[in-house]
Amino acid sequence: MDTSLNNDLITRPDSMLGRVISSAKLRDAVKGIKRIKRSHRQIRTENVFKKTLVIVALSTIVLVLGIMVTLAWQSTLSIKASGLGYLWGKVWDPVQDIFGAYPFILGTLLTSFLALIISIPFSFAVGIFLGEYFPNGLASNFLKNTVELIAAVPSVIYGFWGLAVLVPIVRSFETAIGVTPVGLGIFTSSLILAIMIIPYAASLARSMIQMVPSNLKEAAYSLGATRWEVIRSVILPYTKSGLFAGILLSLGRALGETMAVTMVIGNTSLIPKNIFSPGNTMASIIANEFTEADHPVYLSALIELGLVLFLVTVVINMLGRRIIKQFTQD
Amino acid sequence: MEGTIVKSVDYNAYFGDNHVVKNVNIDIPRNNVIAVMGPSGCGKTTFLRGINRMHELIPGATSKGKILLNNEDVFDMHPIFVRLKIGMVFQRPNPFPNLSIYDNVIAGYKLNGIKLPKAEKDKIVEHSLTRVALWNEVKDSLTKKGSFLSGGQQQRLCIARAVAMEPEVLLFDEPTSALDPISTSTVEELFHELKKNYTLIIVTHNMQQAARVSDKTAFFYMGELVEYDETKQMFTNPTDIRTQNYITGRFS
Amino acid sequence: MDVHIKYRIGKSGVFQVVVAVLAFACVVPLMFILFYILKAGITKINWNFLTNLPKPVGETGGGIANALIGTIMLVLTASAFAIPVGILCGIYLSENRKSKLAYWSRLCIDILQGVPSIVIGIVAYFWLVKPLGAFSALSGSAALAIMMLPTIVSSTEETLKLLPDTLREAAFALGMPFHRVILKVIIPCGFSGILSGVMLAVARVSGETAPLLFTAFGNPYLSTNILKPMQSLPLLIFNYATSPYNDWHDLAWGASCILLIWVLLLNIFTKLVTRKWKVQL
Ligand SMILES: Nc1ncnc2c1ncn2[C@@H]1O[C@H](COP(=O)(O)OP(=O)(O)OP(=O)(O)O)[C@@H](O)[C@H]1O
Ligand SMILES: [Mg+2]
Repeated sequence: MDTSLNNDLITRPDSMLGRVISSAKLRDAVKGIKRIKRSHRQIRTENVFKKTLVIVALSTIVLVLGIMVTLAWQSTLSIKASGLGYLWGKVWDPVQDIFGAYPFILGTLLTSFLALIISIPFSFAVGIFLGEYFPNGLASNFLKNTVELIAAVPSVIYGFWGLAVLVPIVRSFETAIGVTPVGLGIFTSSLILAIMIIPYAASLARSMIQMVPSNLKEAAYSLGATRWEVIRSVILPYTKSGLFAGILLSLGRALGETMAVTMVIGNTSLIPKNIFSPGNTMASIIANEFTEADHPVYLSALIELGLVLFLVTVVINMLGRRIIKQFTQD
Repeated sequence: MEGTIVKSVDYNAYFGDNHVVKNVNIDIPRNNVIAVMGPSGCGKTTFLRGINRMHELIPGATSKGKILLNNEDVFDMHPIFVRLKIGMVFQRPNPFPNLSIYDNVIAGYKLNGIKLPKAEKDKIVEHSLTRVALWNEVKDSLTKKGSFLSGGQQQRLCIARAVAMEPEVLLFDEPTSALDPISTSTVEELFHELKKNYTLIIVTHNMQQAARVSDKTAFFYMGELVEYDETKQMFTNPTDIRTQNYITGRFS
Repeated sequence: MDVHIKYRIGKSGVFQVVVAVLAFACVVPLMFILFYILKAGITKINWNFLTNLPKPVGETGGGIANALIGTIMLVLTASAFAIPVGILCGIYLSENRKSKLAYWSRLCIDILQGVPSIVIGIVAYFWLVKPLGAFSALSGSAALAIMMLPTIVSSTEETLKLLPDTLREAAFALGMPFHRVILKVIIPCGFSGILSGVMLAVARVSGETAPLLFTAFGNPYLSTNILKPMQSLPLLIFNYATSPYNDWHDLAWGASCILLIWVLLLNIFTKLVTRKWKVQL
């Protein structure tokens, strides 16, 4: 390929110059040579560009593999020291080198699922409202944009607001129902998380509901179904896998959320007794103790938490995405 | 400058395992209008795109054989050179939506990074637009976006864009199938003008159009070149039974 | 019969009202948060607040200049990595839809999208903090860049995929080399989509705290050296909000206000850009 190009470059200008008679033709010929030279530069750039694209695409794979390898490698020390018992070890005591992740795994599951339970009715309501009842219109646009903005607010701001506003409210609530009034804890974290994850399930639910073929709905309407009956017996069954994917994406988000939770969960390594107890999640314990981890096993135990968190969120997210892909392909 | 300009020698084209163009040998004389006809799916577009090496842009598409341009195999040249010498106009008008009419005409220079003095650019734009009979219609709105024109005007703009590069050959893939009758006849008139300077290869489904504009006609059937002759000869006295059936409308 | 139908219609109406109420209830906490932060923060913001460094507890007149400059530097450095890489990767994915490499790369981008930010922080710590022996803005930017990548890649890919093939063909038929087809035709036509992806990515990492905790680390002084620890707005908010001092809380409210306004402006601007600069195909 390359040699033929060079031949082209060598023979073409000559044959052009051979035919030169007038100065206009000479000018054209010079232009021709310039153009061919330019084209050769272009071809080189083209090849470089194509290679760059491949390298960049490869580098994303290397990046993700690198993340996995780093996490796995850095947690080997802890895996060797505590084995699988790490996952259900009930005590986390860095001073005595006892590392059990159970309190944090429990804390993570409690906050995330509680948040999901609180937020799902709201996000599905948004999805149904925007997807079925009022896809357009001023109020709908306002709702849609506002819900999207919920995802835009930085989590540290949610955390700060939670500290200043939510914690006192929860504290008086706790006094009212007669549990130790701390304010900080699992419940407060779940409230904040519930707000933060609304948009994920909501926007997915909206787009899924909008994809329901209108002839299905019309078939139900023509049989005399009411709007609610159409939603319950046509739309929800049709979109259930998509709605489930929305729940998964919200869950993935909740599991990995760090700052807002760290700020209001109360930070204790004890197993939470009830949903009002302070606790820690996997993410928040890492945020709290990573820079304090003064010996290798301690650090490695924290990283193992990161590894577990990574694997769990990746599996949940991939599952969600797979479901969405299947849904949109049908 | 008489003689053959494009010549295909045992040209074959494939989409994966699908053998779409089979052993095509054809001689295309300079400054002629060649019509390419045949039933849908017979490989006309594929053959046309093979000539300027657009075929290979489709993933999985391969080809075999030679396409000679001025006796030089296009597969020995870099596709960029080939496409600079063989322009193409597509079925649907496709002006660059982000460029003005003016910039669309000189897109081949502008987007290729070839710097020209303003005066020369103006000359090329006016010249090319005049050649496609569009100058008078758009000369006052050169800065408007190309997508603002009507379909017929857009198609002529696309022809002007190809003409501006001063290629030797122009390929047209059903250039009028998306146009109304009036735009169609404008474009057809253009072919007569253009053939003075270029060689035109036109894929068309419209037999009247082929008869009106072309000097020679090629008839493709199931990927093969069945018959290739003077247009008059072809329409009055086709030798192959398949051609006969086609032009008398006996298969559709 | 008639009663039954009325009952069904009534039920349907009730459900619609319930849905509407629940849906609009979502707006309440956000409005509450926005209002609260703006109210608490806006009064703290003045010229000194923007140009001074934080003062020790007890002294008034401290500002957040170090965090402002730090955030700008961190985000700019991260963008310098992530924008070109993200756009190029998006181009690769949209140009080679079916290749093996595209499949795996796309999978990795999907994975990256879901990785918790704190995990990215850990990784950046081992890649750049430990080897260099110090917390640094560079490592923080790297973490942020990784977080920006998936947003930019997928928005680029999605945008370019939607452009009609005829556009590329028109360009190739004019003898344009591949890189010019991409850079001069495809990218300009998809510019608004790509830009909105970039802006969303910037907005997202502007507020990221977790990946900076053990990378950029924070710094009470003004630093512009990317090999040294650097303060950022979210880090400052986190540190001061969780401190017991009221003066520092005030700084944190002011900083929250600025961060919030910045992020919201970016989001709103993104919407406008997408609408306004969209190339009509
Ligand atoms: N992108 C592609 N990928 C795979 N196969 C293709 C592709 N394009 C065309 N084909 C196949 O190649 C064959 C020839 O197609 P081609 O487009 O050349 O036909 P055509 O003669 O131009 O038809 P028409 O008159 O409808 O435009 C068809 O059978 C078609 O199925
Ligand atoms: Mg065709």
